[in-house]
Amino acid sequence: MTRERAMVPRAEPRSYYGQPVLKQPVWSPEVPFYFFSGGLAGASAGLAFAAALSGNRELERRAWLNALIGLSVSPPLLVSDLGRPERFLNMLRMFKVTSPMSVGSWILAAYGAATSVAAGSELTGLFPVAGRAAKLPSALLGLPLATYTAGLLANTAVPVWHGARFTLPFVFAGGSAASAGAAATIATRPRHAGPARRLAVGGAAIAVGGALVMERSLGQVGEPYRKGAAGKLSRAAGTLSLAGAGLIATAGRRSRAAAIAGGAVLTVGIVAERWAVFRAGFQSAADPRYTVGPQRARVERGEAPGAARKACTNS
Amino acid sequence: MSHRVLTLDTRASGASYGESAKPRMGFFTDTSICIGCKACEVACKEWNQVPDSPGEFSGKSYDNTLALDANTWRHVAFVEQRKPLGADAAAEDLVQAAERANAVDGWGLQTYQEGDGVRWLMSSDVCKHCTTAACLDVCPTGALFRTEFGTVVVQQDVCNGCGYCVPACPFGVIDRREGDGRVWKCTLCYDRLRDDMEPACAHACPTKSIQFGELDDLRERAAQRLERMAEAGQTEARLYGADNEDGVDGFGAFFLLLDEPEAYGLPPDPVATTHHVGQVWAGVLAGAAALGAGIAAAMIGGRR
Repeated sequence: MTRERAMVPRAEPRSYYGQPVLKQPVWSPEVPFYFFSGGLAGASAGLAFAAALSGNRELERRAWLNALIGLSVSPPLLVSDLGRPERFLNMLRMFKVTSPMSVGSWILAAYGAATSVAAGSELTGLFPVAGRAAKLPSALLGLPLATYTAGLLANTAVPVWHGARFTLPFVFAGGSAASAGAAATIATRPRHAGPARRLAVGGAAIAVGGALVMERSLGQVGEPYRKGAAGKLSRAAGTLSLAGAGLIATAGRRSRAAAIAGGAVLTVGIVAERWAVFRAGFQSAADPRYTVGPQRARVERGEAPGAARKACTNS
Repeated sequence: MSHRVLTLDTRASGASYGESAKPRMGFFTDTSICIGCKACEVACKEWNQVPDSPGEFSGKSYDNTLALDANTWRHVAFVEQRKPLGADAAAEDLVQAAERANAVDGWGLQTYQEGDGVRWLMSSDVCKHCTTAACLDVCPTGALFRTEFGTVVVQQDVCNGCGYCVPACPFGVIDRREGDGRVWKCTLCYDRLRDDMEPACAHACPTKSIQFGELDDLRERAAQRLERMAEAGQTEARLYGADNEDGVDGFGAFFLLLDEPEAYGLPPDPVATTHHVGQVWAGVLAGAAALGAGIAAAMIGGRR
């Protein structure tokens, strides 16, 4: 006996009264702002370290200050997102590689310690030996600090996040580079800010281009980036990032005002990109089509056995 | 009764109870004999002192709860379908239909829901207590843990409400409770199990649609039930999560369904994100390396 249903892929996945299969994330607005502040902090430490190597003292000091600012707002944002903030220290109760949030908490803790010493010493002149010793660890830990948040989102059942596990880290890496570059472009006199401008422009290009690649590679699952709040945020992120980067690239070297304006616009663009990714996850979890559709297709194409088995003896 | 003790074949969260390990316990929910009485929902709420779920009239059959959440640990779904089904629908002619109907009577295999070209599918959903449990694997505090019975339970005195388990669950089971800040879900009545009692929902179920026991026994029983239903012409029956071949490596609480899982709001191919965590870290490290390279490249060309 043949069944039509098995032969022809359905246009519309079935559902239970349109109810979502997945739960909406419970994360609050603090979380996308932390994605931004953590990325800013992480990439700024790297920029400061690289600036020091090239002998650019002014850029180095400004970038350490930016790293310290990004760092100082991050833990409060994370703690306030918790359902039980008074238990935030339980985050360091264990170390689990299967949980990017666990690993990320340790990265942030270690980065926080290193950066407090490195940047604090740089800005106050106290404890110069410890300060010098802390700079390399701070710069190295800043790199995964900027990208683990992408892995944190990808390591869920939410289709638009999980399907982007190879692309989202590059969007966040580009966004972090753009954030650090923009902040340093704002804070540094133009004749010392060349590396910051190049980091801002290059980071913006990677962030915007990476988001396009991510959306394309997700196919149907990437639809939230074209619809609703996430769609608006995504378009705003692209426009503002490119406008800010364009201003920095064209006029940032000659005019301090243009550098500050371009850096500010780019910063808003990157914040919008974090928000677009965040909101897209909610839209993705809310619609059962995004969950059921790809799963049913996998089963019907024979790529996965699925979880349901009929009796093997029927005629 | 037996010496089969818990051995869970998970890469991420092995159970290490040694001598005190127990056989893996679970549920077999046979939805073909569910009558939709919701005694399981009520018994669960009463025993576990779960707060009420202030619902409104949903207009969706007899279901006003609609999904499992922090305050609903058993949820009875009501699916109304208008199509000719049942044992006799698969028959070639009337004689065969009558024979099949007789066979069904002989086996005692009628489902309560069928008749007159309309069928009601009722199904009591619950936490699957996955072999590879994404909620447990992503929990950064260790609040979620694997018990000696192979079940997955939240330690409420440890949970800090980070909410990571909520979007990690491929079934949308676990959720954060408003006003409480911590996550809650079915414990498979961990307290009752430790006192050799069956979970409240299974105890309350009047038709034995919810069966509790050692997972190995339940799987055997379910396979027999499926064969008998197929012989009697119930070819739409299927087991859901009853072996280790799916994306969560088997459910501790599995089901017999009469339609595709998605008709009940269940995912047809759930995959624990843990299976891809290597790819996730590869992506994170590649992104971090790219950022480092980008910063280095930005230095080329000097300070201007």
